[in-house]
Amino acid sequence: MRFGLSEEQVLLEDNVNRFLRDHVALDRVREYAEGGEDDAIWQGLTELGIPALLVPEAQGGVGLAPLDAAIVAESLGYHVAPGPFLGSAVMAPTALAHAGGFDQELAALASGELRIGIALGEAIGRRLDANVSVNGGKLSGSSLFAFDDKADAYLVADSNRHLYLVQADDAGLTRNALTTVDKSRRTVELTYNGVNGQLVSDNPVLFNATLDIGRVMLAADTLGAAQAMIDQAVAYAKQREQFNRPIASFQAVKHMCAEMAASLEPCRSMVWFAAHALAELPDEARVTACHTKAHLAEVGKFVAKTATEVHGGMGFTDLLGLHYWFKRCGSNRQWLGAPELIREEAARLQGLA
Amino acid sequence: MDLSFGLEYEEFREEVKVFITEHGKDSPRNAAMRAPETLAWQKLLIENGYTARTIPKEYGGFGAKPDIIRSRIIAEEFAEARINTGLGGQGISMLVPTLLEMGTEEQKQTFIKPTIEGEMVWCQGYSEPGAGSDLASLTTSAVLDGDEWVVNGQKIWTSTAHLADWIFCLVRTEPDAPKHKGISFLLFDMKTPGIEIRPLVDMTGVANFNETFYTDVRVPKDQIVGQRGEGWMVANAILGHERDSLGNPNITLGRLNALIELMKTETVAGERMIDNPVYRDRLMQIQGRVMAMQFNDLRVLSSRINQGQDASLARMIVKLQGTELRHDLEGLAIDIMGEVGLSYEDNPHTRAAGSWQSQYMYYLGLIIGGGTSQIQKNIISERGLGMPREPKVEKAS
Repeated sequence: MRFGLSEEQVLLEDNVNRFLRDHVALDRVREYAEGGEDDAIWQGLTELGIPALLVPEAQGGVGLAPLDAAIVAESLGYHVAPGPFLGSAVMAPTALAHAGGFDQELAALASGELRIGIALGEAIGRRLDANVSVNGGKLSGSSLFAFDDKADAYLVADSNRHLYLVQADDAGLTRNALTTVDKSRRTVELTYNGVNGQLVSDNPVLFNATLDIGRVMLAADTLGAAQAMIDQAVAYAKQREQFNRPIASFQAVKHMCAEMAASLEPCRSMVWFAAHALAELPDEARVTACHTKAHLAEVGKFVAKTATEVHGGMGFTDLLGLHYWFKRCGSNRQWLGAPELIREEAARLQGLA
Repeated sequence: MDLSFGLEYEEFREEVKVFITEHGKDSPRNAAMRAPETLAWQKLLIENGYTARTIPKEYGGFGAKPDIIRSRIIAEEFAEARINTGLGGQGISMLVPTLLEMGTEEQKQTFIKPTIEGEMVWCQGYSEPGAGSDLASLTTSAVLDGDEWVVNGQKIWTSTAHLADWIFCLVRTEPDAPKHKGISFLLFDMKTPGIEIRPLVDMTGVANFNETFYTDVRVPKDQIVGQRGEGWMVANAILGHERDSLGNPNITLGRLNALIELMKTETVAGERMIDNPVYRDRLMQIQGRVMAMQFNDLRVLSSRINQGQDASLARMIVKLQGTELRHDLEGLAIDIMGEVGLSYEDNPHTRAAGSWQSQYMYYLGLIIGGGTSQIQKNIISERGLGMPREPKVEKAS
């Protein structure tokens, strides 16, 4: 019995962290947030083999497991790194590999040449301004907050949990940037005007597998982002002096930090287990994915607020940049289902609702 | 990630299951201290290695080498079958491990066997009215007079003092030494003249605690564990054992399942509580927290059987998170029942023999006892996060 990461996984974590520390420091995140591009970051991650992680070996990938991807997601969150990881390295490879018949796309994803975004809102929680309908393979309507503004293609869901692949350069597709508070990643509104939709799968099981892994990755991203906030809060408190002593020596401040750590530490085990379950424990995978996403959303919200408070006025400034993590936790909370909705799903999956 | 215990351990699990099938019916329902069926059950468990498992044979234990997975399997199977896991209490869970580590050979020979067999019941004399979280400031004194210590002072929160045969007690023997270095760890008979016990009724209505008063209580000189002035170190070894034993997530999982059943049974205006989305969401929030602690526990377990895995922070937060979680879980059950949830004692509408209310309050006691949540947060921030201690305030002399 061994509950934890393997040596290879620790090595992977170290490699990704080293790259992100060296190349995606806060000033690089700011540059992206102010309109820069993420290609170089994605290129660097491609050199580490990140887009190939979940692509099966037969299609030129590495064929690793969701837990390996979760480790990367955690590191990306820790560094609030921009990039198309969630769609192109996780959800698209999962959907296309399960569906079969997408060897070319998978190989192109693995090599980092192809970016596939995700637009699943219709099947998860359609909002007032959106709807997707499919007639004879043609899509009409619109999706909100589709992830990745630069994707070459998008996985689009309809309300039946059918998945379609649409090309970004389709004449009927318009793509408009949607600004959100989280400027470390970009979302778009997709408008479909008779867009060609290539059916990837009409099997809800496949949709669910794609959604579950996406949710676990967002939880892992929050785990990393919240850990970074705790680390920054503790470091700041040790260095900041008031009343002739570091504020880290005041119990009021120490207890805030202890509460953050005590809430977040079990989340690490939860993310590991949820990712492991996706591949190895099919009976538990869905409920665990829901709970992990929802629980991390709650803990992430608590940590984001508390760590900002520990920084006092500086936490509220743009100067320190702590708000990038705050907003990352905030958007992870809403993406692919807000906690209340996901918990209701967990209840349904257990026959309790 | 490998969650299986392996073939050897699954065979062991089968052995445990066979034992439960054969003997489960003899498990005492409410294991009253010293009752013949309790003692017989305890003896059977020791013989089969299901309790006192790693205590050496020469001291009356089963004498197995420590194997945390086997211990875990026993705990899991007994919890699953709702079988009595044998006697606990402060003598067995705290004193015996300490004697094994620091007692003299004679102390081990004298005390361990009758304690684990349930013949000798212990209470713990640590806290005092003026020494709670700041335990090391305790003032109950022991002065050597010939071959005897003479103990004077007062203890509080002395659980089961009224039932105990013996006490393990912290006393100040070196009044001039720094406070942590002036304490000694004594063992003595509760029938010694000069001990007065006054019951202390707690908020659940039970008098499990006591105030105990010591006036010229004479204790043989050799009934000390460790050397003079080492009592603080001895006591801290015990506190480690106590914290490890709290917040078992398997038990919490059992309570969660009972809560789900309760929500399917209880109704308001004909609607099942599980069908009310607000209460259901609260249940799901608790379930998420229970899961997180379950997996945290697996990580801690793993770090104890695999070299090189660090889970010190994961371990440090268990008492804080585990007790707060149980208190919230039991509290949700009460909210679900509304006024019915207030029912207590002889009220005919009481559910589950009042266990939701008594556990709700009992866990508030555990949030405070054994190192309050605030003390836990000090430990987490200082030892886990490396934050500095609050500057000491010295008493004006």
